[in-house]
Amino acid sequence: MKLQPEPKLVRGTPLDEKTLKRGKTFSVTYEPRLRYSWDTGQAISRYLAELKEGRLIARSCRKCGRVMIPPRMFCERCFRPTDEWVYVKDTGKIFTFSLCYVSWDVRRLKQPEIPAVIEIDGASPGMGILHVVKKIAPGKVRIGMAVRAVWKAKAKRIGSVTDITYWQPIKN
Amino acid sequence: MSARKVAVVGAGMTKFMHRALETPKELAWLAAKSALDSAVMNLSQIDCVVLGTAPDAFDGVHMKGEYLSDGCGGWKKPYLRCYVGGGTGVYAVAQAWFHVASGLFDTALVVCEEKMSSCLPHPQAAFLTIFDHITEQPLKPNLLWIFALEQTRYMETYGIALEDIARVSVKNKRNALDHPAAQLGANLTIKDILASEVMAWPVHRLMVSPTSDGAVAVVLAGEEIARRLSDRPVWIQGVGWCLDTAYWTNRDLAYPEYVEKAAWTAYRMAGIREPRKEINIAEPYDPFAYKELHHLEGLQLAPKGQAPKLLADGVFERNGDLPVTPSGGLLGVGNPIAAAGLMKICELFWQLRGEAGPRQVPGKPERGVAQAWGDLMQVGTVVVMGTKEPA
Amino acid sequence: MPDGVAIIGVGFTSLQPSTPHLSFKELMFEAAQKAYLDAGVQASEIDSFVTCAEDLNEGLSIFDEYTPDQLGAVQKPMHTLTQDGLHGIADALMQIRSGIAELVVVEAHSKASNVKTPEWLLDYALDPIYNRPLGFNPHAVAGLEMNVFLHETGIRAEHCAQVAAKNRRNALRNPVAAYPLALTPMHVESSPYVAYPLREAEIAERADGCVVVVLANEARTQRSHSKAAWICGVGFANDSATLESRDWVRAEYIRIAAERAYRQASIQNPREIRLFEVDDTYAYKELQHLIALGLYSEGAEAGRSLEAGETKPDGKIPVNVSGGALGMGLSLEASGLYRVVELVLQLRGQASARQLADVRLGLAQSWRGVPTTSGAVVILGTEQPK
Repeated sequence: MKLQPEPKLVRGTPLDEKTLKRGKTFSVTYEPRLRYSWDTGQAISRYLAELKEGRLIARSCRKCGRVMIPPRMFCERCFRPTDEWVYVKDTGKIFTFSLCYVSWDVRRLKQPEIPAVIEIDGASPGMGILHVVKKIAPGKVRIGMAVRAVWKAKAKRIGSVTDITYWQPIKN
Repeated sequence: MSARKVAVVGAGMTKFMHRALETPKELAWLAAKSALDSAVMNLSQIDCVVLGTAPDAFDGVHMKGEYLSDGCGGWKKPYLRCYVGGGTGVYAVAQAWFHVASGLFDTALVVCEEKMSSCLPHPQAAFLTIFDHITEQPLKPNLLWIFALEQTRYMETYGIALEDIARVSVKNKRNALDHPAAQLGANLTIKDILASEVMAWPVHRLMVSPTSDGAVAVVLAGEEIARRLSDRPVWIQGVGWCLDTAYWTNRDLAYPEYVEKAAWTAYRMAGIREPRKEINIAEPYDPFAYKELHHLEGLQLAPKGQAPKLLADGVFERNGDLPVTPSGGLLGVGNPIAAAGLMKICELFWQLRGEAGPRQVPGKPERGVAQAWGDLMQVGTVVVMGTKEPA
Repeated sequence: MPDGVAIIGVGFTSLQPSTPHLSFKELMFEAAQKAYLDAGVQASEIDSFVTCAEDLNEGLSIFDEYTPDQLGAVQKPMHTLTQDGLHGIADALMQIRSGIAELVVVEAHSKASNVKTPEWLLDYALDPIYNRPLGFNPHAVAGLEMNVFLHETGIRAEHCAQVAAKNRRNALRNPVAAYPLALTPMHVESSPYVAYPLREAEIAERADGCVVVVLANEARTQRSHSKAAWICGVGFANDSATLESRDWVRAEYIRIAAERAYRQASIQNPREIRLFEVDDTYAYKELQHLIALGLYSEGAEAGRSLEAGETKPDGKIPVNVSGGALGMGLSLEASGLYRVVELVLQLRGQASARQLADVRLGLAQSWRGVPTTSGAVVILGTEQPK
């Protein structure tokens, strides 16, 4: 018995951008007015407060011995509260990176942004945070490269991850 | 455990399009109706409806599961929406599986819908909101970042060349030429892929599946009903899902452990000991070209770091030893997030019944695995389907 | 007879108008620790996890990304349901009955205080083409329904005021409640209209909190030291999504859900159930839901029953002894789970000042709020259903 190929019938009406732009179809536009004010809680409030002071802070778990950043009040491995606040360095190593030529809202960038996961010195191995790298030719970025945080001037820091403007290679 | 056996008895889908004229409800309806028609069933024979759909931010409706319920047939019926980001399309089948396997319901309709084009100025911008609101969003991250960061790690750890990754795009886009619903079927070479602009190094444009609109649906039935409704039901032999930590920057992204764990749960349920030998077709999630390789390794279908070589050797072609993504996948058919995963389930359904026409893999495949992935490189969802009834 | 499934542990934070000192992760960790201790389980023993959450209530997309760590669910099966917590209970039960899990955790929380534009959020749930452009306050959907509901059933506005007063007063004996108040029906009837005939004092105010529930299969329940609350029946359903084609008088979604739950529990007469925790997001909904649960043969009876004090804690069919949403606070997707907490405490004899005598069966019912017609019913009991 010859079987008819599936899917036999696929419906759907592709709409091209031109037709849409020329207003040849009806559409309804709406801009959502959604505002949130998120409680940062114990762990992240301290993290932000320390960023304002020009410091990075982590939390440690006595049971597994990990020093965790971003800090958290619970150890997700041991499932118990974490124990201590631990200051870590504002230097680290690039764990992975990319050269991104498209902004978050899909604009083409001439100079690429360099996002990276940076393993923080003083935290457990593999403990990275997301941030951006600058002051280096895109073609020269390497995994394992040592980097240091570049902080905003004290008066300009507000308690945000952007109090570190970017990370740059440590020259030695 | 003697769980009730469950089979897929019908499947249907809409075209995958960059932008559809149809509203989200209409897309859901078209897919649901076409699945019911394929099973020669009507809505009154459906006991419950499971919807899978990814972020509400795209369709532009809060509680969009409720909004979509009538398009999916969830009227005066038990209905719910499940959600694990991009993993939803395959996970929804696992969800519906336990609806029926539990004995509470005899039949289930699974619908996965996505209308991403509603989001202005560009749906990609909505992905900003998946990042941590405090520790990441202020950096204005781009969805591309996270894939590129993972791809870099994968390539560096295993010494994989960009050409090997580009080869996935070539295979899948070519496979998609035979898929009637495909948005992106094309005959391209590795050179073409690498010549496309760099989006976020090392990711080139033709290695990325763009946003899409589309919907897919399948019908599940408990064993006695499945045998009555269909002469060739395709049995769900195993399901598994696994969610990793939110702290993705504290993990090595080179290998997806959560895919491995989900896969073994499904394989164990299916009585599979050697996946590479016992699986005949694989439909891993391929939103980016390297992901297919990454996931094949997580699925235990290639040793760590070796998937690129097997691909280059032709093992994963349709006529190869283990056909991978014969549908054309997300890279070739399109990526309306949740619908894309369910499209892979449909592909297994059709392939295992010999109904995939020009896409049909040779031999008589008996068993396939579909896998989807989602979140911040976190979730693996796996379903094993086969022509043989589970023991 | 299918295998039994029971709740062997609950953990919860008290409901508060705001929780500025804790992030949602920290709230969840607190409730989870309490739940696992109550259940006598380690996080590592749990097979599967379910979170009930909506992205836009949190302000984060793909919210399940942020749920595993604080529940001990890292690299475990976990998924989100964009549904009320009672749907989560149904989900967990189905997982256990399918044999894929023995121990399942269901979590839901509310950080409603973090949503600064709640009415705009509700507006965003309305149909974008047919309803939103009309620009009305979404509470009007409840006003429309309340108006025709009263009209058709003969229930009066003062009955709704009595519900609000009853539930706020019941909350005085619930240490978990956010809005206890010795309110009188007269106070309620003098509060301003928000969407006629719906008054401000009849609308539950939002509160923050978190509930974690641990469910187990029969074998695991027998080994547990905590007093089990067996799931005797569970049901969930939707009516029409659109305003234009729904039943405005009857809560059909609850009638359908309850039918399924009663059948599983082999309950012929709902009055066999000792107490009812039903949704009262808007005061009139309590009455509408009680009718749909089959407690009255016709609408007007619901009003008379209320007048006669039947639904007070010392009445024949105590309704919302916990204080309901009006008294406890509306906790978004956690609403149904706070009702489950009340039932579990009552079944165990741990409900202190609220404890009723002879509690063997309890029913919890949820509704997902405007503009939905989605709801669920869970029946819990001290004994396994026969």
